[in-house]
Amino acid sequence: MSAITTDAPQSTLSRIIAAGTHQRVLAFASLIVLLIGFSVASPNFMQTSNMLAILQATSVNGVLAIAVTLVIITGGIDLSVGTMMTFCAVITGVVLTYAGLPLMFGVIAAVLTGALCGACSGTFVAKMAIPPFIATLGMMLILKGLSLVISGTRPIYFNDTPGFSEISRGSLIGEIIPSVPIPNGVLILFIVAAVTAYILNRTVLGRYCFALGSNEESVRLSGVNTDRWKIAIYALAGSIVGIAGLLIASRLNSAQPALGLGYELEAIAAVVIGGTSLSGGRGSILGSLIGALIMAVLTNGLRVLSVAQEWQTVVTGAIIILAVYADMMRRNKTT
Amino acid sequence: MTYLVEMKGIEKRFPGVHALKAVQFDLKPGEVHALMGENGAGKSTLMKIMSGIYSRDGGEMFVDGKPVSPDSPRAAQDLGIGIIHQELSLMNDLTAAQNVLIGREPRRGFGRLDEPALNAKVAEIFASLNLAMDPQTRVSSQTIARQQLIEIAKALSYNPRVLIMDEPTAALNDIEITELFKVIEKLKGDGVGIVYISHRMDEIKRIADRVTILRDGAYIDTVEAADTPLTKIIQLMVGREVSQNTPVIPDTSQNPVALEVRNLSRGKEVRDVSFNVRKGEILGFAGLMGAGRTEVARIIFGADPRITGEILVAGQPVDIRTPHAAVEAGIGYLSEDRKHFGLAVDMTVRANIAMANLVHFTSRAGVLNEAAMKDTAIRYIDQLGIRTPSDMQQVRLLSGGNQQKVVIAKWLLRDCDVLIFDEPTRGIDIGAKSEIYALLEDLAAQGRAIIVISSELPEVMRLSHRIAVMCEGRLTGILPGGADTTQEQIMELATQRDSAPLVSEEV
Repeated sequence: MSAITTDAPQSTLSRIIAAGTHQRVLAFASLIVLLIGFSVASPNFMQTSNMLAILQATSVNGVLAIAVTLVIITGGIDLSVGTMMTFCAVITGVVLTYAGLPLMFGVIAAVLTGALCGACSGTFVAKMAIPPFIATLGMMLILKGLSLVISGTRPIYFNDTPGFSEISRGSLIGEIIPSVPIPNGVLILFIVAAVTAYILNRTVLGRYCFALGSNEESVRLSGVNTDRWKIAIYALAGSIVGIAGLLIASRLNSAQPALGLGYELEAIAAVVIGGTSLSGGRGSILGSLIGALIMAVLTNGLRVLSVAQEWQTVVTGAIIILAVYADMMRRNKTT
Repeated sequence: MTYLVEMKGIEKRFPGVHALKAVQFDLKPGEVHALMGENGAGKSTLMKIMSGIYSRDGGEMFVDGKPVSPDSPRAAQDLGIGIIHQELSLMNDLTAAQNVLIGREPRRGFGRLDEPALNAKVAEIFASLNLAMDPQTRVSSQTIARQQLIEIAKALSYNPRVLIMDEPTAALNDIEITELFKVIEKLKGDGVGIVYISHRMDEIKRIADRVTILRDGAYIDTVEAADTPLTKIIQLMVGREVSQNTPVIPDTSQNPVALEVRNLSRGKEVRDVSFNVRKGEILGFAGLMGAGRTEVARIIFGADPRITGEILVAGQPVDIRTPHAAVEAGIGYLSEDRKHFGLAVDMTVRANIAMANLVHFTSRAGVLNEAAMKDTAIRYIDQLGIRTPSDMQQVRLLSGGNQQKVVIAKWLLRDCDVLIFDEPTRGIDIGAKSEIYALLEDLAAQGRAIIVISSELPEVMRLSHRIAVMCEGRLTGILPGGADTTQEQIMELATQRDSAPLVSEEV
């Protein structure tokens, strides 16, 4: 082993590039191109109000995408985040409107409900060895049904809880610096992103996310309690979904029990556009954030250009296929 | 003296297989104990029991004279037993350091990782192994050989008292092997007991103190390495009719060439391979794991792209880019993994035989002709002696040997002139093996050209009219079949590595 070449210590830059961030760089470049393209095409696009609208529109999908990213990096998938979000909102409604408890209890209820639902999915996957696709498909339907049952299929309004709508629509930053009225929903998105990125890159939980997605059997044979960590990861993802539930309930000032289906696919799309590999082991929160922004910019920009909504959906689908194809091309080249 | 590890009367059964029959094994501190046997003899199973990956169905195990039953890899690690697996089991997306200390990451509290401490610790381990590698390098960027070294560093980081090495040199070159042996000598000096599994006879002589031989899941003997000739060890390993396995080799030198391959190359996996097979001939392919034999077959069959080279069928150049094109050109490939690539195991024998040739059983309106499929299936069941209650039996209920015959029937129906068999008897019991051998010989006698890839030397020697040997993607020689060729001659070609170390090419 001595007669072998010495690895030159890599620079941080080269290491970041080697870490397979091409897709993220590509996604970021696409975002910039989209922003420039739309602002050239329409003078209304680059308005501050429109930019804030885009950010606000990103917040729910962005938070969901962050949650799904964790699960996808482990090599799994979570189809239940859309209806889980609704379920968390409904439980919050029960706590705040039906029981009349103070605001803080609603927030805690949402996060705990999400964590509990996630732990359930995680248990199905880890302990009962049900494929993540099936386990979370089941959870998706269970939670959708429970939301309707608990709410009696009627929306629960938060009119009695002053300040609830401020969670998403108010602006703490705007109160301090009136010229940048960034809504709280967006602030929460960025805080969630920063905290999750830290967990993913700097803690044991994050390390096992990547390790499980990379080679689960090997992690198990190394003496790690993989079941426990997997349940913890799904639970963390669930608690983030709980935050998304608060955001959407606050924005609508109500828990809409029929809402939720379809959100999971938008979140997965954002993750994929951001360069997280669906086969696990690779991915980043920043990428998913960019992915969610791309989708919001696209929808908003096409609307500003008065493109019919039906066509916006077509374009989003095409973008997903292109993004994954670009990722596959890069991968084939390196292996 | 007390043994470091002692195993007595170990039993293990898998569905349909009695994998270990009252096997015994012991290990002293500071010795290298080689575990020898053919594929399927039970070596890896025994070691997986010792390292807590499998649980035993019977027998006793002692560590330092105390009875133990490690029920998980973690429990075995706590007993001081570490294992380096045959298949690489690293996490490719993580760095070398993150791999080595997986599950034991230095922490800062609240589950936060101490990455600098992690890297420093692993750098220390690498240094003690004389291994020049940046701990922060990503595993997927390393060659197979260097990944193997990371795996070894990982096992040593547990400071094991017992270290099991399952074919640790399968991917290493001579210089790396020498370095590995230095590490083994050092561990011996520290009193570590080492179980060494390898197919390479020369290595056994170089480092083993004692040798235990297993055959077909049974314990055969334990001998001192120093005063036992290699031929004796081989004889104990093979056991059965070593001498009478030389077939009558027909003279095929005047037959027309069925398949010729010229200068086939693809990266490092296949390098400038040229050979031909004549009609009626069985050409064997021998070599170690990763020698590139399957890769050659997959390129010929169009399953993987070739970079350079020519393929000629019956003297005509053909451009094969897909398996479909290969079949059109009359080339069939029977994969080593029957269950994944060869059979639809939940379907019937009849459906499987007809599968690759459904067009012939389909009327113009697109309706399947079950009667014709039944006739054909029954014809092949008779012809190949497939033991099945009926042609409507599900394939998964057949034995391995009969499943293989169904695959062969499927390809015979395609009427291919060239048939490539990749590990045709893997997972098949000894009785059924000879039937498959007879079948292959029949096919050759009918004028087909047969290529057999096998990791079992006795099998290659038993079947082949000529033996092609590969090493590190190169064809290192073609030997005549029959009694004049010895295992040693084949092994010499199979280990004829480049004089330059593998890694220097990358500089």
